[in-house]
Amino acid sequence: MEKIVNLLKKQITSTIIAILCGFIVVAILLTLTGYSPFEAFGILFNGIFSKPKYISQVIIKATPIILTGISVAFAFKVGLFNIGAEGQYIMGTIAATVAGILFDFPPVLQIPVVVLSGVCAGGIYGAIVGFLKAKYGIHEVITSIMLNWIAFYLGNFVVNTQRFHQPDSTGTYIINESGFTMFLYGWKRSEEGKAFLMEHPVLLDVILKTDVNFGIVFAIIVAVAVAILLKKTTKGYELRSVGFNKDAAEFAGIDVKKNILHAMLIAGAVAGLAGALTITGMSPHKISTMGTFENYGFNGMSVALIAGSSPIGCIFAGLLFAGLLYGGGSLQSAIGAPSEIINIMIGTIVFFVALTKIVPVLADKLVKRGEKHAR
Amino acid sequence: MKKRIIALLLAATMLVSLTACGTKKDAEKDTTEGTTTEETTGEDTTAEDTTEKVDFSVGMVTDTGGVNDQSFNQSAWEGLQNLQKNTGADISYLESTQETDYAPNLDKQVDEGKNLIWGIGFAMADAIITAAETNPDVNFAIIDNAYETTPANVTGVMFRAQEPSFVVGYIAGLTSKTGKVGFVGGMKGNIIDQFEYGYRAGVDYAAKELGKEITVDVQYAESFSDSAKGKAIATKMFSSDCDIVFHAAGGVGVGVIEAAKEAGKFAIGVDRDQAYLAPENVLTSALKLVNVAVELVSTEALNGTQIGGQTYNYGLAEDAVGIPEENPNMDPAIYDKAMEVEQLIKDGTIVPPYNADTYGK
Repeated sequence: MEKIVNLLKKQITSTIIAILCGFIVVAILLTLTGYSPFEAFGILFNGIFSKPKYISQVIIKATPIILTGISVAFAFKVGLFNIGAEGQYIMGTIAATVAGILFDFPPVLQIPVVVLSGVCAGGIYGAIVGFLKAKYGIHEVITSIMLNWIAFYLGNFVVNTQRFHQPDSTGTYIINESGFTMFLYGWKRSEEGKAFLMEHPVLLDVILKTDVNFGIVFAIIVAVAVAILLKKTTKGYELRSVGFNKDAAEFAGIDVKKNILHAMLIAGAVAGLAGALTITGMSPHKISTMGTFENYGFNGMSVALIAGSSPIGCIFAGLLFAGLLYGGGSLQSAIGAPSEIINIMIGTIVFFVALTKIVPVLADKLVKRGEKHAR
Repeated sequence: MKKRIIALLLAATMLVSLTACGTKKDAEKDTTEGTTTEETTGEDTTAEDTTEKVDFSVGMVTDTGGVNDQSFNQSAWEGLQNLQKNTGADISYLESTQETDYAPNLDKQVDEGKNLIWGIGFAMADAIITAAETNPDVNFAIIDNAYETTPANVTGVMFRAQEPSFVVGYIAGLTSKTGKVGFVGGMKGNIIDQFEYGYRAGVDYAAKELGKEITVDVQYAESFSDSAKGKAIATKMFSSDCDIVFHAAGGVGVGVIEAAKEAGKFAIGVDRDQAYLAPENVLTSALKLVNVAVELVSTEALNGTQIGGQTYNYGLAEDAVGIPEENPNMDPAIYDKAMEVEQLIKDGTIVPPYNADTYGK
């Protein structure tokens, strides 16, 4: 009994239960709409795992949302709800695109310049929110929602400026190739590279047909770094105390305002990094006029929630999320199920994760019941 | 009692998860078998249901508008559905929600063994080229884009949108009572130029026929989605004496039509018959029948015609553009005249201009 209760109290258990619930709800939904859920799930898993290429696509797709997830999770640990990850992400893409087009240094210099400009843009954008919160007590949700729209329209504005707009398209020019962070990009496009890959079909699939890039390495490094920062350093202790109880933290001599500013700066920088890496690592390597948000930041919120605000957990939650999104595409083309099905599944999982607070409570009740009976 | 419920719930979850695992494996096995046969036999993907089906499969990838965009993605999908009805070809679509989805989605369609893959909209131009380079044995086609050098396995599809624009311009010129009409464009570029200058020329043609001056008020929304801006622009046009406004601006046009409804004036729709948006206030629509083009090109490919390496140009002659047959708000006499003009364009007697250079020649 004790063991089960302890197991139930663990975050990971409740998350897994939530994921299963998501699948069950979707299975019911599929049955009701006349699709076989088993066939559908078969296709879904097949679309994720059946080829190395698919797994690689999932990892590529996961990179930005892992990072925006970390951004949201990190801010959450400091008691801030970073709904502005979307805007910070967009600022990251804008700055990276602008830098990538304007400069053309050798790759060793170009990549850091492009990526850092994205990081800085996102960081500054996050810091604005942090500053307003720390200095004037304006709620971060309100300011960051507004800033999301400002970033959105700023992006559309930059796309349409003479300097960056590629004629007869909806987007900017593509950034200079020296800024690309794809794995073996030059080699795989060269004649000998192609010839070599033609002889190795698996490598051909994984390397030539996808945008395999270094982004995931960055994402993992950031996840670990943020986890260490939060758990092992004095700064992390301060940040977390602010998150747990501002007043107590202040009483203990921690500068709450400074920590709020720093937290948003870091959260913004991480989201900006996600944007920059999308531009350098994935086609089309440019920004386009947007009609709606592309949801990288908002998906990051779901990822952070599924991960229970753990930076390391964000890696797995991001992979799950990306897998569902990518594999969901197969559902659409294979049995004609609408893409909304996948969105409902993700929504349900997030919903149940939010509900998982119930599981430990239930587990507690189990114990109490047991005690009563024992007497 | 509660304990039992919990236990029951847990048991149920376990059971479902177990069965889910089991079937997953089976399904996986099935499909992997499927893929191995696919690899060996090449393109035998429709093997499952061979009931009177041609061995030809067409896929399409939408742009970020999605398949229910009330515009060209939806139209293209309708074209493919029609193709399936007429020929029994296997069809499917994949929606893109982000720009970065284009390449993976095209790749996914390639993996499914499609013979022909459509990219809908010129935003996908670069993604199509890359996919075509890495998959030389698959045919690709793209709507609204002409490449300078078209690879052998890529087909571009363009529309002579200036032709229906000329016709609706002519209709607007004849219908206008104030002698002033408007045009709302999305963003300046080759495609929208076709609409603008075709329309201008049509209005001029009507003005010459009537022997009076008709001015065209042109404004760009710098967006394809901001319907509020479309409404603002059109409202301003209507209040400054325009009585008919034509739009070529995607989602912006919804606002234009709304403005016409509120002002009690006329708007002219684009791409599809947009009369349903405001039955009393849509004069007519300049149709660009993506579905017809998609079906025509797909059918040609299905029949074994070599379609790659070139750009198809569709206009009135192919019935891929035009105006709707039913126009309840239009004077029937004007409709008849418009049909005559349409015939003249088909004959080549009138060649509508498609940009600033050809306009006024």
